[in-house]
Amino acid sequence: MLAFLESLPGAVAQGIIWGIMAIGVFITFKVLDLADLTVDGSMATGGAVFVVLTVAGVNVYLSLLIAFLAGCAAGLITGVLHTLFGIPAILAGILTQLALYSINLRITSGASNTPIDFRQYDLMVTLSDINRSLIVGGIFVVAVIAVLYWFFGTEIGHSIRATGSNPAMARANGINTNRNKIIGLVLSNGLVALSGGLLAQYQGFADVNMGRGAIVIGLAAVIIGEVIFGKIFRNFALRLLSAVFGGIIYYIVITLVIQAGLNANDLKLFSAIVVAIFLGVPYWKSKLKFGKKVSAQGGADRA
Amino acid sequence: MLELKGIYKIFNRGTINEKVALNGVDLTLNDGDFVTVIGGNGAGKSTILNMITGVYSVDAGLVIVDGIDVTRMPEHKRAKFFGRVFQDPMTGTAADMEIAENLALAARRGKRRTLKFGVNKKEKQAFRELLKKLDLGLENRLTSKVGLLSGGQRQALTLLMATLQKPKVLLLDEHTAALDPKTSAKVLEITDRIVSQNRLTTMMVTHNMHDAITYGNRLIMMHEGKIILDISGEEKKNLTVETLLHKFETVSGTEFANDRALLS
Repeated sequence: MLAFLESLPGAVAQGIIWGIMAIGVFITFKVLDLADLTVDGSMATGGAVFVVLTVAGVNVYLSLLIAFLAGCAAGLITGVLHTLFGIPAILAGILTQLALYSINLRITSGASNTPIDFRQYDLMVTLSDINRSLIVGGIFVVAVIAVLYWFFGTEIGHSIRATGSNPAMARANGINTNRNKIIGLVLSNGLVALSGGLLAQYQGFADVNMGRGAIVIGLAAVIIGEVIFGKIFRNFALRLLSAVFGGIIYYIVITLVIQAGLNANDLKLFSAIVVAIFLGVPYWKSKLKFGKKVSAQGGADRA
Repeated sequence: MLELKGIYKIFNRGTINEKVALNGVDLTLNDGDFVTVIGGNGAGKSTILNMITGVYSVDAGLVIVDGIDVTRMPEHKRAKFFGRVFQDPMTGTAADMEIAENLALAARRGKRRTLKFGVNKKEKQAFRELLKKLDLGLENRLTSKVGLLSGGQRQALTLLMATLQKPKVLLLDEHTAALDPKTSAKVLEITDRIVSQNRLTTMMVTHNMHDAITYGNRLIMMHEGKIILDISGEEKKNLTVETLLHKFETVSGTEFANDRALLS
């Protein structure tokens, strides 16, 4: 128990960083109703770009900005493949993700793991200073949510939400749905890469595999956040915040089960099962509820 | 003004399911025309609206609005010319967005969308006034999600949205077909009021012969992808369901086949 309490702040810090990634997933999965698998690649791209640039002497903030832009570029590729070439969104994301594996290795000059030492560089977040990481991570979350809250309240933001909610209505009202899907994918993958840049700093290295299964963790965060806070968090900014909370809860649970003796190699299996349950249960709940409603109405008719 | 010249459309060409949906449609709508469109099952009524708005591309022919050839223009670009209301109440609005947000989206049809706020205070006041006129109690629910509204409320809202920016042509695709008779009558009444107040050029597809005769100044009947009757003026005013059915049988040589039209 003591060990768990000691590892709690670390789990929260990691959850916050992944929470920014989850906000990216929220934009595609919830706002645009697209399942975008690019993120597994763009997460690692963000880490690789950040570490390589910082080690080369670039200012850390500028490095993180460029990492964000690299993620945007990845989202642009997926968006163009999906809209201009008519490839289903899931497949377009898989293609970009696969291509990114090679590109990420090019960025790191072939190294699958590139270390970055917090003693040599003035990193924003690091495992060795969790308090600082919590504060900086929190500031990033607040800033990202504030900007997105503003953006999705603008005319362009509204048209993106309409594109996800009802594409036929959007087009009937003169909205270019293809362009909006691209904007959403660009923004989403930019945030995912930003999260990757922070994660690389936090763990002290960028790894070509650091994004493997990222989509599942992002979805887990979004869904856990929605299930737990969905009833009370209606406002758009709060819904984004609930995705971050979902990420934190996810990492607390992971820390708990590892300390309870789960083999770390089984972690991805565990994550997949958690997400499958959270996706599947609401479906069955609505199915069963619907069945009840019909029989209740039938009874009322006969009465 | 809207002109259709020699519109052809074949679905599933070259397959066993090949279907000639439109077989040479020529039509000119004059400014201020309120045309009702009626026809049997699969006559091409809805297809013609989808050709006009660019949901599907035409195989041959021209679509001209206000002298501009829009035949090859993508759907979202042509949208500036048209206001649309669909048969399914779910289609015309974004369910996850607020009433005010839906109206604001429609108010920007055909305009450049920028990084200004999506709905401003002045608009909200104007929306409240317009919603009051619908008399459905929506004026106090500007921030309600549209998904919470009934089918009739959603169709009335869609009508308002379609006409916020005065369209060159208002296109109604059986927009009361999914509603109960009472709600349907109410939505039709709102339709007629909005059309006459704004002098909108309108095309209303309906399955209800009575409505097709009651509303508008011109009636078109379609059969097997062609316009077979075009009645306007005094003749339209004196139409009855019986004479219309008789005319149809004379021109087409078959009985009028539309289960819903005959039941209503």
